[in-house]
Amino acid sequence: MSMSANEIENMIKEAIPDSIVVIEDLRGDGDHYSAHVKSELFNGKSKIQQHQMVYKALKGKMGQELHALALKTSSDL
Amino acid sequence: MSNIDEGVQSRIEKEINSNDVVLFMKGTPVFPQCGFSSMVSQALSHIGVEFKGIDVLAEPTLRDGIKSFSDWPTIPQLYYKGEFIGGCDIVKEMYENGELKALFAK
Repeated sequence: MSMSANEIENMIKEAIPDSIVVIEDLRGDGDHYSAHVKSELFNGKSKIQQHQMVYKALKGKMGQELHALALKTSSDL
Repeated sequence: MSNIDEGVQSRIEKEINSNDVVLFMKGTPVFPQCGFSSMVSQALSHIGVEFKGIDVLAEPTLRDGIKSFSDWPTIPQLYYKGEFIGGCDIVKEMYENGELKALFAK
């Protein structure tokens, strides 16, 4: 069971509405992605908190259906 | 922090409080069983930091326990002086921009 890039993007945007999300399917296998998420909501938050916000947006799928998501976050839009 | 076993929790606290640098990983520093664990292990070795590697594959309760403990869904997880530093992506970024080396110099 894997996730499509669209599903990932939609879930992140639903939880972090102002976010700009760029997803890359690293191996073209629908299982190894990278995501760059930019949002002003990350302002003043630590990297750990920023990543936790994205993981929470994915509602427990990270590490389950979603095997590998290399994550990069930034607060400047 | 949901349904984390007290025994596992105190075990984790003991490890991160009695060792400066602890890496919860899949496999061991010598034989990592996962690319992400291997990457962090190598980054630490590269900047000359000694660390205690804890193989969560050898202890399934610890594998779930550390995820609840840190509120973090993936392995590896790096701790320094009892504080959660991050997973693979954050450590990689800190390694590349020099923050990781600076952290251990403190």
